Amino acid sequence: MNNILQKITSFLVVLVLPALVIFATVHFGNKRGIPEKFEYQNRADIEKKVDHAEFEILQQEFKRPQDLTAACLSCHNKRDDELMASAHWRWERETTLPNGRGTVTIGKKNLINNFCASAESNNGSCMRCHIGYDWKDKTFDFEDPTNLDCLVCHDNTDTYKKRKGGAGMPATAENATAEFPVPDYNYVAQNVGKPLKENCGFCHFHGGGGNNVKHGDLEEAMLNCSRYVDVHMAKAGQDMSCNDCHLTERHNITGRAYSVSSENNNRAYCESCHTNTPHNDKVIDMHNHKVACQTCHIPIYAKANPTVMYWDWSVAGRTDENGNKITEYDVNHKYSYLSIKGKFVWDDNVKPDYMWFNGTADHFLYGDTISEIPVKINTLMGSYEDRDSKIWPVKIHRGKQPYDVETKEIVNVNVFAEKPGQGAFWEDLRWDTAIQIGMEYVGRYYSGQHDFVSTEMFWPLNHQVSPKEHTLKCTDCHTRSEDGRLANLAGFYLPGRDYAKGVDYTGFAIIIISLLGVVLHSVMRIVARKN
Amino acid sequence: MEKIKIFSRFERFWHWTQMATVILLTITGFEIHGNYTLFGFEASVRLHNAAAITFIILGIITIFWLIVTGQYKNFIPTTEKFKEQIQYYTSGIFKGASHPTKKSFGNKLNPLQRVIYLGLLILIFPVQTITGLLYMYYHYPQNPIDANGLWFAVVAHTFGAFLMVAFVIVHVYMTTTGHRLSTNIKAMISGYEEEPAEEHKTDNQPA
Repeated sequence: MNNILQKITSFLVVLVLPALVIFATVHFGNKRGIPEKFEYQNRADIEKKVDHAEFEILQQEFKRPQDLTAACLSCHNKRDDELMASAHWRWERETTLPNGRGTVTIGKKNLINNFCASAESNNGSCMRCHIGYDWKDKTFDFEDPTNLDCLVCHDNTDTYKKRKGGAGMPATAENATAEFPVPDYNYVAQNVGKPLKENCGFCHFHGGGGNNVKHGDLEEAMLNCSRYVDVHMAKAGQDMSCNDCHLTERHNITGRAYSVSSENNNRAYCESCHTNTPHNDKVIDMHNHKVACQTCHIPIYAKANPTVMYWDWSVAGRTDENGNKITEYDVNHKYSYLSIKGKFVWDDNVKPDYMWFNGTADHFLYGDTISEIPVKINTLMGSYEDRDSKIWPVKIHRGKQPYDVETKEIVNVNVFAEKPGQGAFWEDLRWDTAIQIGMEYVGRYYSGQHDFVSTEMFWPLNHQVSPKEHTLKCTDCHTRSEDGRLANLAGFYLPGRDYAKGVDYTGFAIIIISLLGVVLHSVMRIVARKN
Repeated sequence: MEKIKIFSRFERFWHWTQMATVILLTITGFEIHGNYTLFGFEASVRLHNAAAITFIILGIITIFWLIVTGQYKNFIPTTEKFKEQIQYYTSGIFKGASHPTKKSFGNKLNPLQRVIYLGLLILIFPVQTITGLLYMYYHYPQNPIDANGLWFAVVAHTFGAFLMVAFVIVHVYMTTTGHRLSTNIKAMISGYEEEPAEEHKTDNQPA
């Protein structure tokens, strides 16, 4: 009897209890948290709209769009002050650069990029996206509130399209075309409202001279896309508008584009809605200390239409035997060569590059000289050691663009003019005059000698968030494979990717020696026993 | 043959639970380390973290038990018969010599085991626990203490894991060096060890 009791006790303490402990460990340990269902009501669905058709002042005949602005401001007073302080109006702002480079006034207006080099001197074309009327040259009056274009953001009819080459002026009777007619100001003015994605997209989808050229994650397809392309903006999904995330108070729009921004403030965050523990799962949520939401949730970009990855100005200017400008296309029917712009490489469904980023960026300014090649036109700051840095998905746009051989500065180029013979590159295909005019416009010295240099621009990705089924999986990063997403991001230990060779080799050696010792010892025992 | 009580119920529970936990930690740990794919990386991480918590709880209970029962004394190293024990494993065992140390409830480890197990208890286990916890929770390794990207912690953790595997290999083999091949394992299951009759001991063992 005693013996049986002992056996039962042994069975319990040796097998049953340990098994229960392990079962509990596995059962409670191997569970992924269930994210809380997130409910959001779009601003457009809750905000009441004023019927502007009832206002007599908007029923008058508007000869000039400036008169319409004056009418808007007669009710919406002081809004002009907000707008005229904004970067959408000034295209520059006072900002402190990282690396102790001091405080500068920079922005889209006076920063270099590696698409068309710079906006200044190309006002007719570039300033089409200014929120004003007719910034065609330096005479533009930034202090005149009637120069503000209210409609470009507040038109809710999708009919207000400013013509190309007009420096932000809509078409007039003289230059109207079928594509860009004179706007019906009464119709538009009587149907204004909060900006729709069409309004923001008119400029932000088309930067760089075409759909999705610049950002890679912002493009026309997002006006009517599936959840696969963008979970937030999908028509069949939440159908959110830009300002649902880019919250706006008194015309101050949150959100930063680090092609022109430098400081870590006024940003739009996923966490604002989703909190920083959205997975309801400790292991996954803790990634957010070092990994941006975007890294896993934007596994690829340019999902619907390709984006430009490479733009080489050095081969621009080639013409056919008759001196006519040529256009060549790639297999996807995107232009791969343009006489006026050079060579292009497009790509779609692109895997991002990954970088440490803390929300601050440096910029290559007028007067900066080339010290490394490729030249970083903007530099995303951050490192593993930096508490504010996270791993971020980035589009890197590479290219070749002109610089002054003598001063080692990247030059402005006048590419746009309304007609040939004025020296603009797109018209006359001559670099010397185009650079000369571009540099003169901004008051910079040009030696007359140019060559081309490789440059890079870095675009942190924030849009085209994928549905959860398509996010990155653990082993997309935690892998020894050279194709791992973070294979090239050095400077820290990543489990599954990294190991110390010496430790691993020593460790395996110890295991093998132990096994050999055990085998040898047992063989000796067997031999000894037989003897 | 005489049956001698060596291991209490708690010790046997402790041993086998710890064995299972260590095996789970090892299998999942080396998958996380990138050596193979078995449960899948995510499941391995979850199981590894959960097993770590089980291991720590078991450790706390065991330390408490060792102290209140005084059984910690089994792990205090001794020079007595240390040489004899080494000689037994390196030569005596092949000649059919008898064990130089006799086991009892108050002296269940031979001098070699005392050193090795103490090393396990005060070196490997704490190092694995501390480095593991650092990796689970110390996500700002520069602040307040610069842990150099936790490189040292993870390397130590990995090396500890290799030592653990080596220990298990030798440990399992050593169980076959009892009076018979199965004597030691049986003792860890039933709590009793069968000693040859001529080495009969009269003192009554506590249950």
